[in-house]
Amino acid sequence: MAKKLIHVTVNGQSHEVAVEPRLLLIHFLREQLNLTGAHIGCETSHCGACTVDLDGQSVKSCTHLAVQCDGSSITTVEGLAQNGVLHAVQEGFYQEHGLQCGFCTPGMLVRAQRLLQENPNPTEDEIRQGMSGNLCRCTGYQNIVKAVQYAAKKLSQAAAAAA
Amino acid sequence: MIPWPFEYHAPKNIAEAINLLGQYGGEAKILAGGHSLLPMMKLRFAQPEHLIDLNRIPELRGIKDTGNMIVIGAMTVENDLIRSPIIQSKLPLLAEAAKLIADPQVRNRGTIGGDLAHGDPANDHPALALALQAQFVLTGPKGKRTVAAADFFQGLYLTALAENEVLTEIHVPVMEKGTGYAYEKLKRKTGDWATAGAAVVMQVKGNVISKISIALTNLAPTAMRAEAAESALLGKELTPATLDAAAKAVMAAVDPAEDLRGDVEYKTAMAGQMVKRALGKARMRCA
Repeated sequence: MAKKLIHVTVNGQSHEVAVEPRLLLIHFLREQLNLTGAHIGCETSHCGACTVDLDGQSVKSCTHLAVQCDGSSITTVEGLAQNGVLHAVQEGFYQEHGLQCGFCTPGMLVRAQRLLQENPNPTEDEIRQGMSGNLCRCTGYQNIVKAVQYAAKKLSQAAAAAA
Repeated sequence: MIPWPFEYHAPKNIAEAINLLGQYGGEAKILAGGHSLLPMMKLRFAQPEHLIDLNRIPELRGIKDTGNMIVIGAMTVENDLIRSPIIQSKLPLLAEAAKLIADPQVRNRGTIGGDLAHGDPANDHPALALALQAQFVLTGPKGKRTVAAADFFQGLYLTALAENEVLTEIHVPVMEKGTGYAYEKLKRKTGDWATAGAAVVMQVKGNVISKISIALTNLAPTAMRAEAAESALLGKELTPATLDAAAKAVMAAVDPAEDLRGDVEYKTAMAGQMVKRALGKARMRCA
């Protein structure tokens, strides 16, 4: 099948690539751009390990075609830290021990940063609902919730200081 | 898992999409949110030669209040239904029920039209559309036709859509003020389909039920209205006795398929439970 040329911006960097229509977004990111942060877990849009930010929305990149992303802007976990400084959600997962094996973590981080933009001051219940598309099979979700709360606090303090 | 190769088309308007469908017919599949179709393609249960992506057709998205009717573009995603002030105030059942569909990421992609047109009895919108007595606009080469939700679902993965038609709009009558409603969905985990689901829309005069519709998810080869249960309640008060009678009527009408969510006996029992819960909640909300 004929390849299609797509223009995408990934983590602020622009790419022009010819892709096979059947290429999934997760394979495009991992195999063509070598961005292996987003993980392939269940491959059926249940686990959320492949979550990336697509035009300001969280999506599961295992259930999206690269060819559909023409003109889009994508952020993966590799794009969260800026100038070597961890994003607040990354710091939160580190400080609150929000992971064990770490397989789900890239998806958790990307989803958490978007959740905190959608809802900067979420309740615990809103965090659990907002993160419900991401599964962790190591542990409970307690420290993940704490990590998101840590990040929410840090981001709101930073916003208050900037105001 | 990688799908079989296909040719990709991204029409910019409905006419272009219909043309492509006419050209490729049975070899083409329509891509909406993709959260049913792409997994099926990855598992090679579906191997379309041509994929017609509706995501670049702006006219298929959006929610309009036309007075007595809410018009929902077929490509409107679940999160847009949840966030819409029109849906929240005029069709609160839809806003509430959409939160029970899939998970936050999937709700950014999954569309109301895709959910309906797939013809899967496990999807939630079919029962909601039946309970709300929605109408579907199907657009084909000869123009538009309107089909009632009650006539649309014809069997497992089988709908009234012809091969050259696209579901373009969903028309839902506004829920009148004071209407009680509920959608009760038993599921094993976030993102799962219903083990059993029940939608109820109800009005009362005094204490007597003056209007009622009950529709069920994943309890038969298609979503279904529970007419016998509706008859058991119409013109009566909701009491423990009439509640039991309605649940019994539902349990007698359902025809669930055994799967990992449970056997027929369990699903039948849960159908009764979901209907009881939905009726109780809807009644509390009646004004």
